[in-house]
Amino acid sequence: MVVPRFWRERRYRYNLIGTRCPECGTVYFPPRNVCPKCGRKSLGKMEEFQLSGEGKVYSYTIVHQNVLGFKYQKPYIMAIIETPEGPKITGQIVDVEPEKVYIGMPVKAVFRRIAEDGKAGIIQYGYKFVPDWNKMELEKEGT
Amino acid sequence: MVGIVTYGSYIPIYRIKTAEIARMWGDSPEHPEKGLNIQSKSVPGYDEDAATIAVEALRNALRRKNIPSEKIGAIFVGSESHPYAVKPTASLIAEVIGSYNAHAADLEFACKAGTAAMQNVYAMVKAGMIEYGVAIGTDTSQGQPGDALDYSASAGGTAFIIGKEGVIAEINETVSFVTDTPDFWRREGQRYPSHGGRFTGEPAYFKHIISAAKLLMEKMGTTAKDYDYVVFHQPNGKFPYRVGKRLGFTKEQIDPGLLTPYIGNTYSGATPTGLSAVLDISKPGDRILAVSFGSGAGSDAFDITVTEEMERFNRDAAPKVWDMIKRAKYIDYATYLKFRRMIVEVD
Ligand SMILES: [Zn+2]
Repeated sequence: MVVPRFWRERRYRYNLIGTRCPECGTVYFPPRNVCPKCGRKSLGKMEEFQLSGEGKVYSYTIVHQNVLGFKYQKPYIMAIIETPEGPKITGQIVDVEPEKVYIGMPVKAVFRRIAEDGKAGIIQYGYKFVPDWNKMELEKEGT
Repeated sequence: MVGIVTYGSYIPIYRIKTAEIARMWGDSPEHPEKGLNIQSKSVPGYDEDAATIAVEALRNALRRKNIPSEKIGAIFVGSESHPYAVKPTASLIAEVIGSYNAHAADLEFACKAGTAAMQNVYAMVKAGMIEYGVAIGTDTSQGQPGDALDYSASAGGTAFIIGKEGVIAEINETVSFVTDTPDFWRREGQRYPSHGGRFTGEPAYFKHIISAAKLLMEKMGTTAKDYDYVVFHQPNGKFPYRVGKRLGFTKEQIDPGLLTPYIGNTYSGATPTGLSAVLDISKPGDRILAVSFGSGAGSDAFDITVTEEMERFNRDAAPKVWDMIKRAKYIDYATYLKFRRMIVEVD
């Protein structure tokens, strides 16, 4: 990714900042300037909204292909995370073996290196997800 | 009253056993376990560095007590493994927490850059320049593969927010002792550090820690018996007991803050994370002595008293140090090399 675009998007990538429509209350991530439900009524009114970083695995896939930049991380887990605030977020799950991931697994957002532009370029930081160990233990105790 | 308002730590989940490192290099497994008293060390994941560790530690501190970003007037990040040679870690931290008017700077002083950060923030709060400030010690240190440091150099960090309001641990006094000592260094452009053999123990670690601790206790009119806990810099699991014995401290005072046997030496994160582990269990009125050591060489000593505010403080809102130590995933030496980017690819 080119430096200016990453720089513009850093706020929402660092802190999971999306937008919320004041008309209907829907939260969007990545942020939107207009609410698709409310259209013109929401124009210029969308508010910044920070997600809690909590969520559950909605679906996931294990990638074995040698995608550029992932050679040292494969196999890696890409997932869609369902958040309590509403938006579904795509992100990588780390710090867990692929066979231990399951639909509904509680996760939380963490701050990690996302990509780096070779050995001399900038390092891009942002969110990934890790298992929410405390919530998983509570679930175990409950069953 | 100036002191710690909130604190948080972060230790990566990955560990390598020192017996696995010994197996790889053909050393006796007794060498690290008995000789250094290190069973395992923490290893950063492939996508972790000193900056990501700093962010996680600071977020844990803010989970325990949220300080509005506009009230944070300083951010000092102490590390010897800042991700960039030129581009500060502190400005990334400022952006992450949204403290755009903070005085932000990176510090380096081998393993004592974290406590140097604490002293800088303490001074700015005491002088009335700022309301709150952030001090972080963080590292993902690396020894040369097969070298003695390969058994100990690890990753972790701790963030303190220091201020005057809502102090959970008052910093009663802090002093330093510093000399020009060639015990450990790394020249610009060199990947791994070098160490000066006979300079590493007595004239470096012991001389500086003992001098700083004695100076502080003389100033405060205290002896070892006046402290409930003591945290020393911990390059291995043996030196803290030896220096503690010479200063009159017992194993019981040392153990709660001695993490190196399980996670290795987190360098700039070491003394701050030991202190964090002690704060996790301390009660109002407990008195703590913390003394760091950084090669090159210097020590910062702190006399700290836990306040009544600790009773109201939400310690459980973030993971405690010993809980993070217990949550471990063990990796082999080859995975360790992969995570640490030490595999050389030939074109
Ligand atoms: Zn709407």
